[in-house]
Amino acid sequence: MAELELLVALNMIPNVGAVRTRELLNYFQTYSHFMNATRTLLLEVPGINEKICDIIMEYKKRVNPFEEIKRAAKLGAKFLTLDDERYPRLLKEIYDPPPVLYVLGEVTVLNLEAVAIVGTRKPTSYGRKIAEQMARELAALEINVVSGMARGIDSIAHKGAIEAGGSTTAVLGCGIDIVYPPENYSLMAEIIKAGCVISSFPIGFRPLSSNFPARNRIISGLSMGTVVVEAAEKSGSLITADFALDQGREVFAVPGSIFSPYSRGTHKLIKQGAKLVENVNDILEELNLRKSAGVDMEKGSEITLEEMEVLNLIDYQPTNVEIIIQKTGKVPQEINAILTRLQLKDLIVSLPGGYVMRV
Amino acid sequence: MLASLKSCAIYGLDSFLVDVEVDISSGLPAFDIVGLPDTAVKESRERVRAAIKNQNFDFPVKRITLNLAPADIKKEGPHFDLPIALGILAATEQIPAGALQGYSIVGELSLDGRVRPVNGVLPMVIEVKQKNLRGIVVPFENAEEGAVIKGIEVIGVKNLKEAVEFFKGEFKPENFKPKVQGPSLKDFEGDFSEVKGQEVLKRCLEIAAAGHHNVMMVGSPGSGKTMIARRIPTILPSMTFEESLELTKIYSIAGLLSGTASLIENRPFRAPHHSISAVGLVGGGRVPKPGEVSLAHHGVLFLDELPEFSREILELLRQPLEDGKITIARINATVTYPARFMLIGAMNPCPCGYFGDPFHECSCPPQKVHKYLSKISGPLLDRIDLQVEASPVTFSDFEKVDSTDSATIRKRVERARAIQLERYKGRNIFYNSQLTPAMMNTYCKLGKAEKLLMKEAFHRLKLSGRAYNRVLKVARTIADLDQSENIKERHLAEALQYRNLDRYFQNLRF
Repeated sequence: MAELELLVALNMIPNVGAVRTRELLNYFQTYSHFMNATRTLLLEVPGINEKICDIIMEYKKRVNPFEEIKRAAKLGAKFLTLDDERYPRLLKEIYDPPPVLYVLGEVTVLNLEAVAIVGTRKPTSYGRKIAEQMARELAALEINVVSGMARGIDSIAHKGAIEAGGSTTAVLGCGIDIVYPPENYSLMAEIIKAGCVISSFPIGFRPLSSNFPARNRIISGLSMGTVVVEAAEKSGSLITADFALDQGREVFAVPGSIFSPYSRGTHKLIKQGAKLVENVNDILEELNLRKSAGVDMEKGSEITLEEMEVLNLIDYQPTNVEIIIQKTGKVPQEINAILTRLQLKDLIVSLPGGYVMRV
Repeated sequence: MLASLKSCAIYGLDSFLVDVEVDISSGLPAFDIVGLPDTAVKESRERVRAAIKNQNFDFPVKRITLNLAPADIKKEGPHFDLPIALGILAATEQIPAGALQGYSIVGELSLDGRVRPVNGVLPMVIEVKQKNLRGIVVPFENAEEGAVIKGIEVIGVKNLKEAVEFFKGEFKPENFKPKVQGPSLKDFEGDFSEVKGQEVLKRCLEIAAAGHHNVMMVGSPGSGKTMIARRIPTILPSMTFEESLELTKIYSIAGLLSGTASLIENRPFRAPHHSISAVGLVGGGRVPKPGEVSLAHHGVLFLDELPEFSREILELLRQPLEDGKITIARINATVTYPARFMLIGAMNPCPCGYFGDPFHECSCPPQKVHKYLSKISGPLLDRIDLQVEASPVTFSDFEKVDSTDSATIRKRVERARAIQLERYKGRNIFYNSQLTPAMMNTYCKLGKAEKLLMKEAFHRLKLSGRAYNRVLKVARTIADLDQSENIKERHLAEALQYRNLDRYFQNLRF
């Protein structure tokens, strides 16, 4: 049984990650032992070299785990340590599970069946729609939707799960008291209500870019599988997918148009063997979850002849509205009214730049 | 000897009469002007002295005291030269005393005695007529401008001598007729039929013209936003005489009346560059002058690359967009200029132009896009009812396709405006865009099917609350164009398409 103070203190020391923490824990057991440890003693611990030792000695003077625990209590955050039975089961299985997690919200959702949805920070309407729909459907099946609360796909996935009344978990790349990106202030509050927000970083830790790979590792580690909705060629989502593979978890990729720069990353994943998914059932099947989502929307219901005429001119790729007007010979007011109706029937989406697309 | 005559001064958009009193008495030769003259007025001493001499009149070698009354308002501009000169001549009896009675006189003098044109003649003529004077003596070049007002004598003089001869009864002034041509589309640059494709954009601008809605066009550079914006005046309804007069007054004061027309009859199109200063946009300066918002009165104010304007400048637009006028407070005076314009904005979706484009990757980091779009504040966006996209595709294939010409669209617009004028009689508003939420309950009633559509649309398309009123106002105009008394489902369905910018902001929110 390790002391929480020791764990929290070790977590606050840079260059001491999951693996070194484990070794130090085994060696010292208690906080007072650790604090009293001399350099010679520290150097006996496997994986601790001169340089790391210097850092530890330096930080030992600075960190105050008691203060940190008080601050966490003030924020309403709970600690989850590896030997806590509420510690997420799936995360414990990975090679380097974070020794301590800060949790805001409901801890129990972390042991639900979970799927991660990640993707670009600049999604197209297509990606937005898919992320939202998948999150809704997964959440409705009581599957926890895990993501990173970044801009774009991540935020949409959280929002979709919340709107469907399901649970969702956000893994932060900064201290749990920091809202990043700042515009997600209200979203974060909603996530805490609908599930939980977790972080492995100490309170007040800035969202440095170097934090995010570690965060991504937790996202994939918490989940049975990771769905990449849209990703450009160089995208953080691909790092998450790599982690998922390392951890022996499933990687799913949603295909897009071969012309879309935001689908290049997902196509790369598919080429490397990720499972191509079109709907939630594809995910459930692969994960052997005996649930079935109501995927088929009742398309084509009550569609008038003139709506059909316009719909037939719209591709599954962005189609310019001007071209529809020219081809039908109708006036723009008619076409615009029809487009709104098709949109409300969920048959098309409208895209920036004067395009519409069938879905 | 004492002489007294009348002249005019400008205050804001209006003019008021000024008494010019000249007293000549013996003493050391001097020439003093009192009554809060500014530098241009003080300098008129030298011009008047030279002009009188060079026109072979006698300049008295005596003590001259000149008063401009009312003495507590600052007098600006060089147009007091001619009345001062005539006052001196009257005081020295070179003009029969009493001849100047009943006339107001304005004009700048050059050293050789010629009369130069001045600004603001139109409001002066209006004031002189209101005060029941017989007539006004103006520079020859300004006579046509003044002749717009009927029932008053407007005398155009070329030099000091002609003015003196007029008051001696020896000079018969020309009878000026205002150059008034009926407004014709030929005066405009271009026609809507020249714009191929872009049907949605054109339709949107037709709605805007019909309901006086403000428009935001979004599109990458080169998609034809500016080209089409320049043609908007061709589909705006023609101005009434009162509107023309009001606009001409503004241009007269700003000194922007060109010699070709004495009454402006085409709606203005103003396109200031985004480097414009606050004073340039709303008016002001030490001597207040109308700014671009007033020069665009009854017409179009086109702001290209809107997010490039500084935020403070854009926020200045809020008062005129709300009240149709702009009030400028300065140390000397507070003036109000009319500024009821249609705001047409054009912008890229982001600094690189490809944000949200399905075929190009946008190279801007999200914060940068956010910063770019957030230049347009919520309150400003609230006043822009129509948002439309300029399609980036070039339509070389459609060269042969016939497009509706401006005259046809203009007819539809005028019909819709007539419906609105009739409906809002006595309500102190003129267009659908001015509807307040309370008025909308009366004028934008929805039936059962229409309410259902709106509910559905709000749920599915995730519209914001403030988008609701915008959609409703636009639907009202679409119904008016359709000559339909009630807003129908198809009108709402069309109106729902013109909210493209909301989509960008939605994309941005996550």
